[in-house]
Amino acid sequence: MTIVVGYSPDRYGRAALAHGAAEATLRGEHLLVVNDTRGDALVDDRFAHEDEIAQVRARLATLGLDAEVRQEVVRDVAESVVRAAAEAAASLIVVGVRHRSPVGKALLGSVAQRVILDAPCPVLAVKPNEESDAV
Amino acid sequence: MDLLMEGFANALTPENLMYAVIGVLLGTAVGVLPGIGPAMTVALLLPITYNVDPAGALIMFAGIYYGGMYGGSTTSILLNTPGESSSVVTALEGNKMAKGGRAAQALATAAIGSFVAGTIGSVLLVVLMPNIADLVVKLGAPSYFAIMLFALFTVTAVLGSSKVRGFISLFLGLTIALVGSQTGQARLTFGRPELADGIDVVVVAVAIFAIGEALWVAAHLRRRPLEIIPVGQPWMSRADWGRSWKPWLRGTAYGFPFGALPAGGAEVPTFLSYITERRLTKHPEEFGKGAIEGVAGPEAANNASAAGTLVPLLAIGLPTTATAAVMLLAIQSYGIQPGPQLMDTEPELVWALLASLFIANVLLLVLNLPMAPIWAKLLRIPRPYLYAGILFFAALGAYSVNFQPFDLGILLVLGLLGFAMRRFGLPVLPLIIGVILGPRLEEQLTTALAISQGDISTLWSEPVAVLVYVLMAVIAVVMAVAGWRRRGHDTDEIDRVLDRAAATDADDI
Repeated sequence: MTIVVGYSPDRYGRAALAHGAAEATLRGEHLLVVNDTRGDALVDDRFAHEDEIAQVRARLATLGLDAEVRQEVVRDVAESVVRAAAEAAASLIVVGVRHRSPVGKALLGSVAQRVILDAPCPVLAVKPNEESDAV
Repeated sequence: MDLLMEGFANALTPENLMYAVIGVLLGTAVGVLPGIGPAMTVALLLPITYNVDPAGALIMFAGIYYGGMYGGSTTSILLNTPGESSSVVTALEGNKMAKGGRAAQALATAAIGSFVAGTIGSVLLVVLMPNIADLVVKLGAPSYFAIMLFALFTVTAVLGSSKVRGFISLFLGLTIALVGSQTGQARLTFGRPELADGIDVVVVAVAIFAIGEALWVAAHLRRRPLEIIPVGQPWMSRADWGRSWKPWLRGTAYGFPFGALPAGGAEVPTFLSYITERRLTKHPEEFGKGAIEGVAGPEAANNASAAGTLVPLLAIGLPTTATAAVMLLAIQSYGIQPGPQLMDTEPELVWALLASLFIANVLLLVLNLPMAPIWAKLLRIPRPYLYAGILFFAALGAYSVNFQPFDLGILLVLGLLGFAMRRFGLPVLPLIIGVILGPRLEEQLTTALAISQGDISTLWSEPVAVLVYVLMAVIAVVMAVAGWRRRGHDTDEIDRVLDRAAATDADDI
């Protein structure tokens, strides 16, 4: 079985990664870290740089986890995370959630919300705290 | 001098100052965004000329032009993706500096260098304009014909290493210019009454720049995001100032005359400036790893060339860059014909414009030094949002020319042409210059022949005309010889940079 983590190089993504790694260690399962982008802007802050990805890989390796980190350009990030979970027959998806203003909700969709609603398996929604920030 | 002061008084009215601020803000924004440049922006804004008075519109367009030159450097330095073809050379050293943790200094030397060069360029412009206008006014139709031919030739042949592509583009432009029955005889109208008045140049410009670019982006929408180098407030140390001021001045010396010549704008002088700085530097070991001289010189050169471009534009009505070409359209849409008489017929307009260049420069320095990190945020806008807006304004602009739905069809067809040109690497500049200069070339030719009653030798009856033809022949021979000698060798650095500039030009107008 596999645990899928929706990752982005910010507090929320790191919180998701920390909880996902902990859960994978506990259950002894494979970990799939997904960091996709729509690739329609020239710069995407939620798409990790190569050295950040290398750091994530190194950290997961020191935890002794069987982990895979994936970065792709896709049409829709939420759809891609859900599809990855379906294909890997995942037991759990971990996403980071954040507070959003009413205006923000009206204007922008939420990747986490769509993952939660569309996922074929249970979804663990986590918030950043000091502990996960340190990871 | 009094005239200039009067110009300042005109340019500093709250209304015109507002246009200057809007112009520099817009200009910097489109300069930062790769794919969108001052030429496209001015083309999209042409409909405002129906409501705004000439001085206000021209002040805004000049602000956009100068702002584009400033903004282009930001993307070059932080992303290694030139925002403008004039900033291609800046990326060589600028991005290396940023990677070495000196992004703040690179941005500072680019902004301050642009200010210094833009100001010196504007002073030269103010000093030269009246004198050149006095000279030009003595020219007859044969000389005008020769000068325009020269402009078409150099703009086509100098930029990019593929002359064939340049000439294909030029002749496409001249063909589009033929449509209509202005000469009393219907040409290429295919019996359509809508085509009898010709295709409006505004529609051509908007189609080639905006629709062509939007289609191109739509075809290449999803790309792996680029790594942007985070940057704080731009600043420079004493040592950086010491290493920058000479390249600024030398860059200005290259930029202004090249801008004034019809040689394709800023690419050649920025490259010459880069080579010069690399040869003269006291820190040759830093070149290729991020030398501040390699940013300071070219950035000064591109702003000085922007000022230089205005000399032939205002004095002869001869555009030498895509942005200047669209600005010419704006001037003409007021029924004002740029040329030697402009100084006498519209002194207020000219001097207000010249004064506004100084104001635009100061505004740009004040805005850009503290705001560089904010401008970089523009790069996060998803492109579909940007291009939806561009398509909207393009359709609006094309329709408002004649309020004729037929024009929207032409817009789409020429937009597809623009897309095909990007796809096959044809430069856009020769086409647009061809469309604008084609009819005027014909007009000068008919005038000359009418005066001489059909005697064709009138074309080389004036000394200036002869001189221009000789110059053209010399350039053609030099290029042929250089091309022949280079055959079999690898393309050298100049060619590579010019090609990259031409490519940036094709998809970043």
